[in-house]
Amino acid sequence: MVEFREVTKTYAGQPAVHDLTLDIERGAITVFVGPSGCGKTTSLRMINRMVEPTAGSVLVDGQDVSAQPAAALRRSMGYVMQSSGLLPHRTVLDNVATVPRLNGMRRMAARKRAEELLAVVGLAQELGNRYPAQLSGGQQQRVGVARALAADPPILLMDEPFSAVDPVVRAELQQELLRLQQHLAKTIVFVTHDIDEATILGDKLAVFATGGRLAQFGTPEEVLRAPVDEFVAGFVGRDRGFRSLSFNNAAGLTLLPAATATADRAAEAPAEGWLLLTNDGGGPAGWLPPGQRDPAKALIGGSLFTLGSSLRQALDAALSSPSGAGVAIDADGRVAGLIEPSAVLQRLRADGN
Amino acid sequence: MEWFLANLPYVLELTWLHWFQSALPLVLGLAASLPLGYLAWRIHAIRGLILSLSSVLYTIPSLALFVILPVILGTGILEMSNLIVALTVYTVALLVRSVVDALESVDDGVRQAAAAMGYRPVRRFFQVDLPLCIPVLVAGLRVASVSNISVASVGALIGVPNLGFLFTDGLLRNFMTEIVVGILMTLVLAALMDLLLVVLERVLTPWLRRRRGTDGSNTLARGGPGTEWEAGGGAAVQNRIGPEQRPDAARAAVRG
Repeated sequence: MVEFREVTKTYAGQPAVHDLTLDIERGAITVFVGPSGCGKTTSLRMINRMVEPTAGSVLVDGQDVSAQPAAALRRSMGYVMQSSGLLPHRTVLDNVATVPRLNGMRRMAARKRAEELLAVVGLAQELGNRYPAQLSGGQQQRVGVARALAADPPILLMDEPFSAVDPVVRAELQQELLRLQQHLAKTIVFVTHDIDEATILGDKLAVFATGGRLAQFGTPEEVLRAPVDEFVAGFVGRDRGFRSLSFNNAAGLTLLPAATATADRAAEAPAEGWLLLTNDGGGPAGWLPPGQRDPAKALIGGSLFTLGSSLRQALDAALSSPSGAGVAIDADGRVAGLIEPSAVLQRLRADGN
Repeated sequence: MEWFLANLPYVLELTWLHWFQSALPLVLGLAASLPLGYLAWRIHAIRGLILSLSSVLYTIPSLALFVILPVILGTGILEMSNLIVALTVYTVALLVRSVVDALESVDDGVRQAAAAMGYRPVRRFFQVDLPLCIPVLVAGLRVASVSNISVASVGALIGVPNLGFLFTDGLLRNFMTEIVVGILMTLVLAALMDLLLVVLERVLTPWLRRRRGTDGSNTLARGGPGTEWEAGGGAAVQNRIGPEQRPDAARAAVRG
């Protein structure tokens, strides 16, 4: 879909991108990840000719991009950037309608299309008449995504789109992007310096090293489990062993039965051992230590493990729980059992890792 | 007051002429400054040249310019067009720098985003750069407007009818009331023109009014306190000195 052929870009003799050869798959999310100044954004911008390569060529659908008029090429690709990418003097609707308007679509039709897209990215219609400065950071980035999708381009270029929003909103936006991608199946090139974001989103990771060198290209699992060199190993981090548990399915994990009680029944429960309080829906509501049966004194629980998710979540649930045993819940949020850390390790040994 | 009321139609006609003679150059000067300022902003090599040249233009004494222009343009020495051209020159001299500042004030991220969406340069200039320039541009226009209204009075010396005529006539006849009326009407004209520009800015920049007070993350490039001060300060200096008596001095104050 997008191919880099021996692409080099130098600024004043300094290589920003060095001899990059890379094939980007159709319909997948390819993440360019690496530290600042490693050429990942420069590489992205060579796809839509915001930057011209010093040597080599970039092909889209087999066509050299340098042979196509820049403006037309750019309109055929969605582009989402960090904050400030929206036109501050245009309303949200007009921002989203920008590329259809540039392509000659009538104003009414373009605005209608923009309204549909607001719904697609989960924004209320009444935000359409606001100006970007009247939106929160997360809403602005949603508008940015809607704008990029407006002309229904096959390719989306995303340049650190979520790096300026807070972690909670960032996680939301990441899940939203994955959800969208299931329906849209766009070819997405995503730039980030955050290895966690890269492993969450990427079907493929391209890890860039300083000097604009492509250090490793592979699936997130390959990069975390088998970094090719010191640089990649250092970049993906010391806790890559723990993080790579994300790729182990927790099916077959041994769950222990949980001693549970609702708050009004807590006093009747046996005094020994930890007691897991549950709410009316059967979901976890806190822990009572051995000998303590006053619901008002309950300790806040750790993270929760949803059945069917990864071993990373299972181990994290176990490690973060005050009782030493993580809480597993089913898809409806009801307590399904407890996870001992040793059970996770046992399960891991069974996987042969 | 009696004199003023008795001569009201005459004074109003002079005011109207004065307004026309200073407002038309403002429009013409803006039209000329936009391409010049754009070139100066775009091409670094000629920025210094264009900016120094415009400063030099502004140092030409107005009376000298009024006398020289008919020779250059081939117009009659008493024609109003001389004054219009002279004031246009001064407006350009003031506004070229404002245009450069205004273009600088536009967030480069926004410009990049527009390019990345597929705007071609000309369309981007008119639909993105220009609207975002308005606050800084209007600040420059306000200075130029006050300057024009003040300098236009000098036109009376070369026989162009406007409020300046009340000064020369009042001086000749040693009639204070006429001079005072001239001064007051010039002040009123300058204030109304300034108000008009401010209203125009507000109408043209709806997005700045509807911004949430606390959200500073996406603040637009505005005139900023510097330019605000320049515009307001210039006007204040003019009012104090009395531009009608020493227009060139007042202009120097604006320029400073």
